Amino acid sequence: MKLTIPGEELMGHGNLSCQGCGGSLAMRYALKALGRDTIAVIPACCWSIIDGPFPYSCLKIPVFHTAFETAASAASGVSAAMKIKGKKTTVLAWAGDGGTFDIGIQALSGAAERGDNIIYICYDNEAYMNTGIQRSSATPYGAWTTTTPAKKFKSAPKKNMVEIMVAHKIPYTATACIAYPEDFIKKIKKAKGFQGTKYIQVLAPCPTGWRYDPAKTIELSKMAVESGIYPLYEVENGIYKISRKAKNKTVKEYIKMQGRFSHLTGEVIDEMQKNVDKEWELLIRKEEFYGHTKE
Amino acid sequence: MKKVVTGNYAASYGAKVSRAEVVAAYPITPQTQIVEKIASFVANNEMDAEYIKVESEHSAMAACVGASAAGCRAYTATSAQGLALMHEMLHWAANARLPVVMANVNRAMGPPWTVWTDQNDSLSQRDTGWLQFYCENSQEVFDTTIQAYKICEKIGLPGMLVLDAFILSHTSEPVEIYDQDRIDKFLPKYNPRYKLEPSETHAFGGLTTPEWYYELRYKIQSAMDEGLKEIESVGKDFGKMFGRKYGLIEKYRCDDIDTLLVMSGSTASTGKEVIDRLRDNGERIGLARMRVFRPFPKQEMRKLAEDVNKIIVIDRNISFGNEGIFFSELKSALYNENTDIPVYGFIAGLGGRDITMKDIEGMIKKADGKPKDIIWWGLK
Amino acid sequence: MFKTNKDMPPCAMSLADMSHNKTGSWRTFKPVLDENKCIKCFICWKFCPENSIDIENDMPKINYDYCKGCGICSNECPKKCIEMVEE
Repeated sequence: MKLTIPGEELMGHGNLSCQGCGGSLAMRYALKALGRDTIAVIPACCWSIIDGPFPYSCLKIPVFHTAFETAASAASGVSAAMKIKGKKTTVLAWAGDGGTFDIGIQALSGAAERGDNIIYICYDNEAYMNTGIQRSSATPYGAWTTTTPAKKFKSAPKKNMVEIMVAHKIPYTATACIAYPEDFIKKIKKAKGFQGTKYIQVLAPCPTGWRYDPAKTIELSKMAVESGIYPLYEVENGIYKISRKAKNKTVKEYIKMQGRFSHLTGEVIDEMQKNVDKEWELLIRKEEFYGHTKE
Repeated sequence: MKKVVTGNYAASYGAKVSRAEVVAAYPITPQTQIVEKIASFVANNEMDAEYIKVESEHSAMAACVGASAAGCRAYTATSAQGLALMHEMLHWAANARLPVVMANVNRAMGPPWTVWTDQNDSLSQRDTGWLQFYCENSQEVFDTTIQAYKICEKIGLPGMLVLDAFILSHTSEPVEIYDQDRIDKFLPKYNPRYKLEPSETHAFGGLTTPEWYYELRYKIQSAMDEGLKEIESVGKDFGKMFGRKYGLIEKYRCDDIDTLLVMSGSTASTGKEVIDRLRDNGERIGLARMRVFRPFPKQEMRKLAEDVNKIIVIDRNISFGNEGIFFSELKSALYNENTDIPVYGFIAGLGGRDITMKDIEGMIKKADGKPKDIIWWGLK
Repeated sequence: MFKTNKDMPPCAMSLADMSHNKTGSWRTFKPVLDENKCIKCFICWKFCPENSIDIENDMPKINYDYCKGCGICSNECPKKCIEMVEE
């Protein structure tokens, strides 16, 4: 029997995620990477519910549920407590994109600038899913949400949170995707090796909010990476490294699988493709700039 | 050892001798000296603590909450706008039953911008589940910090001690700093029964349905009731150990009186001077200084009211659309008990305007006949 | 778990896991594995969001108590040996 990811399961049965939930998979993988000596701080997000109601929890690690904008700041407090107690326990801040890109960005920026010793993982499902699919600043251009109806779809591009974190000059920033658990787990383990604030943003599609068949979660996630829409890369002490080079799918192929884009016309899609190509090119140049193009 | 320190430094020393392990704070006038002093304590290794220089008060309280949940003694200090920004996390600390202790320097709320004192900032946090201690002088700030940890850690609720902007925060007074080993004996290391601990794997604060939420709130109310007893017993023990005894209400010359003056904070010192003068003139008046606002000392207030036929409350705060907050709460405590005692309510000193002896005497004189609506004393 | 508030901890905290919550009842389609065709790559195990595919005797075994029937395993199986069957 050969398993490509650790066998231990620290996410127990019976959680409250929807069928085919990307966020559930992301947690399962993250805990495999981090192990038992971990404390999770979870602000308002789908995982506030998925974990289970009082007096139950499906996670086999201690969890502190905290207010929406305080994933990073509460985690800073837990981390300080571990430091003063001389413990090596990993402090994980686990937040959705709303809690990271929007309401929690101040606390996250503060923690990152101070270099508080936490691993911050944003599971990115590109909208406020727990409250019922409202747009966040992680929602991509063109997407339908309940607050950006098809007739007035989201007209601003997705905020580039990864680059914002890179700009803080933290030791490690990475993107990941649940369709590539080996890569995600490797990155978390790598993050664990650094002192300071580490940021990993993992694409975790939401069948309920993106309007697709739950069975397609992995297929669709893969396509997000393969189309270059959600490139996998890491920035280690300022050095960029693309984790997966192939860009062999189109924006059109990716978005046609999702109801949230079904209103888009060819013109808009062409525009989106141009933007993805441009961003991809920029990323390659960043990697080249640091001389790490060839493996 | 006696040191001449400001009210603010008394708070810093209080945090130091209480051995706060995690301090997370953000600067705001007039609180800044508290956290500056703590920063220097930590930098000079006089205090073994992690000091997180957060980017906002909201994060300050969030970090304190996180540290406390992980089993550390946590401390912060703030004022006015900062306290208001913390509001959400004040609920979080109390509802998560975390004994964070904080100093709040009473400063009036903007706009307009102001840095001077009144109590609307702290009293706006009345229903968050925090204990509130209103201090009169620097010694009390220092002593109450130590006691607050002991009380709060016993009952599992956070505590706020309150000191007036400038009048107390920036005024130097001699403060007795007790020997650390005696303080350690009085306040042992914090060792909570439940904490974030990988070997225990509890998830704290998860979704709670109507089936049990209500009972969790009842438990906070019960803890507050326990707090009333705990404040008195800790105050008494403190007196035995350090020579200064504290309680819920400080009764100043309340023997054989017919009129009771009720005040809080540093202004009560001025009130005491007035009482001395009036007692010398043969008037039967005493002062009740409300040291503790939450939990509200109803029974003690009722007992005090039994022997008087007039109560005058001076509030350095206003609940817009109603009246002074101490006035309201006091009347509510007496209702169904002593309904025929006239209670007079005065608003004074908002935004740091002086409350002088002459003002207090004037209010006492004005309190006559059937009490009417509140009076805005000295309104121009 | 509690009769009155006296049995409760001071704050909302978990005292047990979620295994009582048999999410298998959410299912409308049930994954059925053809063991003869299975090549034991365990991709189904890897991608199960419910952690409800166990490995027993070197073979994936679907835990129907918790499988929500999302169909990811069936979709990802390279040998197409997991069929979604209506309950």
